[in-house]
Amino acid sequence: MKKYFNIARLSLKERLTYRGDFLLSSFLRFLPMITSILLWKSVYGSSEQESLSGFSFKQVIAYLLLVNISRMFSSMPGLATNLARDVREGSIKKYLLQPIDLIGYLMSYRVAHKAAYISTSLVPYMILFGSCASFFDTFPTPVGCVYFFMSLILAFVIGFYFEVCLGMLSFWILEVTSLLYVVTTLSFFLSGHLIPLDLLDTTGWLDVLKNLPFAYLAYFPAAIFLQKVSDEELLLRFFIGALWAFFFFLLSRVILYFGLRKYSAYGA
Amino acid sequence: MIVIKTNNLSKLFRVYEKPAGLIGSLKSLFNNKFKDIHAVENINLEVHEGEIVGFLGPNGAGKTTTLKMLSGLLFPTNGSATVLGYVPWERPIEFRKAFSLVMGQKSQLWWDLPASDSFELHKEIYAIEPSRFKKNVGELTEIFQVANLLNKPVRELSLGERMKLELIASLLHDPKLLLLDEPTIGLDVVAQSAMHRCLYEFNKTRKITILLTSHYMRDVETLCSRILVISGGSMVYDGQLQGLKDEFGKEKLIKVQFNNLVPDQVFDKFQPLEITGNIVRLRVAKNDVPNVLAVVSQCEDVLDISIEDPPVEEVIEKLFVSHRLKKM
Repeated sequence: MKKYFNIARLSLKERLTYRGDFLLSSFLRFLPMITSILLWKSVYGSSEQESLSGFSFKQVIAYLLLVNISRMFSSMPGLATNLARDVREGSIKKYLLQPIDLIGYLMSYRVAHKAAYISTSLVPYMILFGSCASFFDTFPTPVGCVYFFMSLILAFVIGFYFEVCLGMLSFWILEVTSLLYVVTTLSFFLSGHLIPLDLLDTTGWLDVLKNLPFAYLAYFPAAIFLQKVSDEELLLRFFIGALWAFFFFLLSRVILYFGLRKYSAYGA
Repeated sequence: MIVIKTNNLSKLFRVYEKPAGLIGSLKSLFNNKFKDIHAVENINLEVHEGEIVGFLGPNGAGKTTTLKMLSGLLFPTNGSATVLGYVPWERPIEFRKAFSLVMGQKSQLWWDLPASDSFELHKEIYAIEPSRFKKNVGELTEIFQVANLLNKPVRELSLGERMKLELIASLLHDPKLLLLDEPTIGLDVVAQSAMHRCLYEFNKTRKITILLTSHYMRDVETLCSRILVISGGSMVYDGQLQGLKDEFGKEKLIKVQFNNLVPDQVFDKFQPLEITGNIVRLRVAKNDVPNVLAVVSQCEDVLDISIEDPPVEEVIEKLFVSHRLKKM
């Protein structure tokens, strides 16, 4: 365990090498939020209704703010692309030769990056949420906060193993850029990053969408915070989410097992 | 003790063949063509504990593929192998702790961090005792004279400096087997010598078994007691370097230096390679050496004489050519 802690420590140190770029990206991440607020203001302004599918304008903005928190845990920038590049260029060999577990290594690395990102984003997020407090009608109870935090951890685990599975497809398809682009675009929509999934209830697909793994990456934590998930439904949602996490965990192991048999070690 | 043993080890790659040009690319969308490449064919070898074995062959001969199979990076298509008593491609943790593979072109150090950080991580990954770690870092940095580089980010190091640190990283956990793929590539002569000294010393004092591939014959001549030559995926020679020289080096190179100019016509019947000023160079069959010496002994003005084997590169080239001709 100590070695994985050290990998995380070193990753953190590495992440801070380019601290200028890192801090800049942490701050600039908020800019698209302003365009979202303006867009939704215009949507609600042109609509005659106070609420759409149970979401008032304020709730939509609160939701979009919360989705940023979800994505802070579930998004894995560079994980799949770097893994695919390591397979294609052979740099993956250093993880395969050393007495470490490749996926364990990637997890330690990612935890460190997330820790760095979350800690540096803490102050700007607090300022953002403080200045947008008026959009929040209610706040969750202490128990609700625990559920919210659990859903964020779940978002991280599903997001991590899902990306690992995608990246490891490069054992078969060396170039996965286009595939990743399609999946990322789909995920952006299906996870509820763009709009609350509840607004899609007219499609008849809402139940399906809520049960897909994507919903756990953005929608689910935000919905818990906004108390849009009933107590009866909560347990079931967590159960399905845990099943997805376990499924991707297993799938990543299976892909790695067969991938290594297929691996040609070109460029290594 | 046998450290490496292979039995008909083979690796076949199925390679996608893409025709040149835009039309070729479009055609290949509908009609994929594959070609089977036998990178390694029925390799049988045994390496014993404490040996330094040179693994030679032209580009594409199958050296690196063999090393990749022996280190567990690749699964073979056929055959079997045990390395340090383990089946390498099963990659058990104990096996991975017992060897190192260093490839001249690939880095195991963290690019943006100083090597000392990577070394610390190695300590944890390989569970190296702190006292042993300290001793090894001290010894190795002393041998390579890189103490001043330990705290510099790896990306700011020259290739030679990085290679020295790569080798140190690979030796920190006292591996029993060291697989080296062109370890001196890009190194200057001084650094090459330091690496030779270090490898030689580690081999002698710690009984590390070393299997190395190199295109620099100086590595092979300095370090290797035995060489394996592979060509077209098959083993074509396994034995002493001198044996190879004896078998394929049927000639000797003789250099005679005179006080004044080389006397006219004396060496004409031996067809000298070169006459420049007071030096004559000859390439003669081994059994012609006494005749040359007899002629030289009659000259009054001789300053120096040396008799050498042809360069190893030449001997090995002859071996490759003869193997290629046999296959045709």
